[in-house]
Amino acid sequence: MTSTRESSPPANSSPVGLPAGGGVTSSVTPPPRRGRRGLGWRERLEIAALTGPALVVFLGFVIFPVLMAAYYGFFRWEGYGVPTDFVGLKNYVTILTDPLFHEALLHNATIAVLSLVLQGPAALLVALLLNRRMKGQSLIRVLIFVPYVISEVVVGTGWSLMLQSRGALNDVLGRIGLGALESEWLSDPDLAIWTLMGIITWKYIGFAVILFLAGLQGIPEELHEAAAIDGASYWQVQRSITLPLLAPTLRIWAFLSIIGSLQLFDLVYIIWGQYIASTAGTSTMATYMVSFGRNAGSYGYGNAVAVVLFLISLAAALVYQRTVLRRDTEGALTGGAR
Amino acid sequence: MAATLSAPTLPAEREPVRRRTGGAPRWGSPGVYAFAALLIIAMLAPVVYIVIGGFRTNAQITSDPAGMPSPWRLDNYADVLSGGVFWRQVLNSTIAAGATTLGVVALGLMVSFALARYRFRGQGVMYALFAAGLMFPLTVAITPLYILVRTLGLMNDLGGVILPQIAFGLPTTVIILVPFLRAIPAELQEAAAIDGCSRLGFFWRMVLPLSVPGVITVGILAFIGSWNSYLLPLFVLNDSSAFTLPLGVQAFSSEYSVDTAKVLAFTSLAMLPALVFFSLFERRIVGGLTGAVKG
Repeated sequence: MTSTRESSPPANSSPVGLPAGGGVTSSVTPPPRRGRRGLGWRERLEIAALTGPALVVFLGFVIFPVLMAAYYGFFRWEGYGVPTDFVGLKNYVTILTDPLFHEALLHNATIAVLSLVLQGPAALLVALLLNRRMKGQSLIRVLIFVPYVISEVVVGTGWSLMLQSRGALNDVLGRIGLGALESEWLSDPDLAIWTLMGIITWKYIGFAVILFLAGLQGIPEELHEAAAIDGASYWQVQRSITLPLLAPTLRIWAFLSIIGSLQLFDLVYIIWGQYIASTAGTSTMATYMVSFGRNAGSYGYGNAVAVVLFLISLAAALVYQRTVLRRDTEGALTGGAR
Repeated sequence: MAATLSAPTLPAEREPVRRRTGGAPRWGSPGVYAFAALLIIAMLAPVVYIVIGGFRTNAQITSDPAGMPSPWRLDNYADVLSGGVFWRQVLNSTIAAGATTLGVVALGLMVSFALARYRFRGQGVMYALFAAGLMFPLTVAITPLYILVRTLGLMNDLGGVILPQIAFGLPTTVIILVPFLRAIPAELQEAAAIDGCSRLGFFWRMVLPLSVPGVITVGILAFIGSWNSYLLPLFVLNDSSAFTLPLGVQAFSSEYSVDTAKVLAFTSLAMLPALVFFSLFERRIVGGLTGAVKG
């Protein structure tokens, strides 16, 4: 990788400032990547000093809690003192047989699938549009990203006010002659999950668009020109050239989207709260975890739910990587040529 | 400095960027602009609704939910801005986000430098460990994390939010910064070594300045992530004096649930700092993600 970067601007512009470093230290260590034998104590010390703090924080606050969750999950525990009431797999049995958890899981799965089906094509369309030369393009690109930057709490508070039965959305619908569409957006169990999908799409589409644009800008213009000379229409070019070349980006986005859908918490918890979410049909595994874990004072149970949530996410991630992302490592970019 | 160093950024930029070099628009029909306009309206309408709603009274909102203010009233905003609650939460959020950003950047840069420019046993494992961290979002670990924070005596302490956020911010940082630091040519380091610059001297004198664009991208992601974070503060900060803005918005909207106008005013003021921050660094954020950091 390094060699391909030799002609990049830093290589050209930077050596000017180099000699300033002369005579700082006595021991000149050999340049990196030249064999791994002979690590001096000094180098070891440097590595330890550089990686130590990050490792400690990361292991302490990411890995350790996850391991502890697995331990606490075997206990009935109110969260104080040392857990003593070992219940074996009972928590897990309860979770896996609880209809409320099944519902939450189903909602997560629905959200994951709908996110892919709704957000993907929409974001792709917008990205294709923004990738064209047009006036105000950069402004549009910024504005479409605004909802992504606003916090979930603000988004949730704002939308829940707008979506009340006598809120702004129903008012607007009535005014433009679509009064028949006025609905109970938040409390109708048949509708609520679609409302949630609408809000999710609004909030996160900007991220997908930005990601896709990055992928689109990596596709050489020459390919489009060549196809155009061969008489391909705009949409033919997009379908046969852009889409296949964008596929790695699409697959990465889909991965992030699926994981995000499985972990969804903030929006649901803020808009529907801990109690209404299940009756409105929008509860997720994470809101289930908080409602029946911390809020119910059952920390052992909450930890067990965390473990289940983690395992489901991990399984989804692994399956996805083995089946879909594998193609990227096998040269999806050149797939057509082989 | 940053303006001239556009090259080492996200991997996407490695491809030739030729999209915008010439030629007239081939498809510049009014339809495209109409579509774009509709899109913008859909994206901004809710934001505008929140901001404008704060200038209305509850009576106006009840009788005409989607109307414009008539007359425009400033008292909702004035009330929120003159009370201490809002400012204390702004301060708390600023401290939490600032310290998180600092920690993520400092620790991330150090470990990324080691991973990118040293060779040592366990290096691959370490990189894989951080990369695997991408699959552990905070949601999964929140219950045990809460117990850990409580055991450490950091409840109702911003430190209890900052430390875990640094830890959970590291994976993204490492993933972005390692390729970035690897892209610094080895010749540069060899030349520095010949001139008597130690590896750490190289880090201070060359790597830090060269990595500014990447650091800014990473720092912004960490800052906005912390500024907007909800789940962790919800668990750790129970005392309203320690609330960050997201918790504050939620508390305010349940406390004043009948006073919709005031809630809207508070909410719009709460999103203002993020929007200002975003507009200041908009090029870095969007550009960083599109791999086109051109200062």
